[in-house]
Amino acid sequence: MTKSGIETLVAPVQPDQAGAEISAPVLPVDLRVTGLAKSFGDTPIFKDVSFGLSRGEAVAIVGANGTGKSTLLRCLMGLIPADAGTIDVLGTDVRNASSAGVRTMRAQMGLVSQKHNLVPRLSVLSNVVQGLLGQKPGIRHWSQSFAPAPSRDAALAALDKVGLAHLATRRADRLSGGQSQRVAIARALVGHPKILIADEPTASLDPAAGEDVMDLFFSLARQEGVTVIFISHNIEHALRYGDRVLGLADGGMPLDARAASLTAEDLRGLYD
Amino acid sequence: MTDATLPARYDRPSALAFLGYAAGVVIILWSFAGAGFSIEKVISSPPRFADFLDRALPPNLDPQVLERLSWKMLETLQIALAGAVIGIVLSVPVALLAARGLIAPTWVNQIVRTLLGFVRAVPDIAWALVFVVAVGLGPFAGMLAIAVDTIGFCGRFFADDMEAADKGPSESLTATGARKIDVVACATIPAAMPAFISTSLFATEKAVRSSTILGLVGAGGIGIELKVGFDLFDYPTAMTVILMIAVVVIAIEQLSGWARTKVIGEQR
Repeated sequence: MTKSGIETLVAPVQPDQAGAEISAPVLPVDLRVTGLAKSFGDTPIFKDVSFGLSRGEAVAIVGANGTGKSTLLRCLMGLIPADAGTIDVLGTDVRNASSAGVRTMRAQMGLVSQKHNLVPRLSVLSNVVQGLLGQKPGIRHWSQSFAPAPSRDAALAALDKVGLAHLATRRADRLSGGQSQRVAIARALVGHPKILIADEPTASLDPAAGEDVMDLFFSLARQEGVTVIFISHNIEHALRYGDRVLGLADGGMPLDARAASLTAEDLRGLYD
Repeated sequence: MTDATLPARYDRPSALAFLGYAAGVVIILWSFAGAGFSIEKVISSPPRFADFLDRALPPNLDPQVLERLSWKMLETLQIALAGAVIGIVLSVPVALLAARGLIAPTWVNQIVRTLLGFVRAVPDIAWALVFVVAVGLGPFAGMLAIAVDTIGFCGRFFADDMEAADKGPSESLTATGARKIDVVACATIPAAMPAFISTSLFATEKAVRSSTILGLVGAGGIGIELKVGFDLFDYPTAMTVILMIAVVVIAIEQLSGWARTKVIGEQR
């Protein structure tokens, strides 16, 4: 481990589907998973899943329904406990960290869910201000009305980046699906996270809105140099926006390869 | 056409289910017997009821009586509103402790839910008697009775509302590293707010209805006038009180329904 608690790795070192190794520059590792296993009751979801994420890398997770993609992301954030293995995120041993340690780790991450998950009755600006709660807990960040000026400014700037500053005072439940997802992106980015996690961010959007959201999401993520891990059922998205693609199937992770080395046909095999 | 056959319209109950239904019928009949249900009395009651109406109508509309009753009705509404507001406000922290999976461990949830069950099991009139003993005769005892009764009602329903709230926003805020209390304040309570408002309005209606009879045990309000009217066989005044209560309760229900629609809106 380095001083900052972040180890380095030659990224990516995983063999591609043809089994050939690709060398790349040395980058810090933001996330390292080893031998991860999870089951719900007697139903195994996945086991022996291992991978790492380098700083600034964008990784797509693909796989059929029920292969544990969302479960994997929730395990990474400590939202649900894994059964076995190790998860190291930004130097935090997620499985053994204290609640405060996990919260500190999460404060450096952002989550964009399939459903935007905004608080419907609150204003757009309040929703984005609440994205700072991990870094600045307490009543002043419960609403934009109580928030200190720098937080309100940061929230408005995040909204401006997603092109919705003019809707800051609108109630979140009065937005369209695409607008809601943009606000969710602003909420995830307002705290300048090191890792962004997106769980099928376009699943509830029409194709055009989905393209807009993905373009925006990745242009902002790249501007900020954020590491991104996203789930997508859209093979085109996985190949276009991911530097690497991880495939879950049959209770494991049979695919871990550079996106450039894959074709859509390769990924379709995971859904058979 | 395949050889598929239509299922029976109704499933034949199992022997155990049949015994259960039969036991249900027996318990209902037994309850009728215990309640002294009598066809004879049902048939003979209309003439007696008509006699009461004959003696009670027209209601007493003497201006002095109306003024006295109006002040008492105002006091009744004050008891109801003050008690309901205190009860609703105190219900929020109580419900936070009662709701499973929010801020308190399971054993605390169980204890608080059991206490709320006890509070609800004791009728409001019994709480009024207790508070008359504790703080003396008058509207303050009534207000405390309403407040406690409201905590029993709202505490339980607020907790259920928070447990049933959409978990998505909570998970998103948890994922930012927010503390449990922040997640509850920012996601769970706002998500449950429409249900809170609806429950609070029902609690206020309930408080108004309850407060009209607390006077029967000396806990303030118009109930005492009803008791005196019947005790002195002054049925016209008693009828005025009954009509006044009916008008006020119906008006409060209408107002509450309007407020519910206005504040919560459709499907919110």
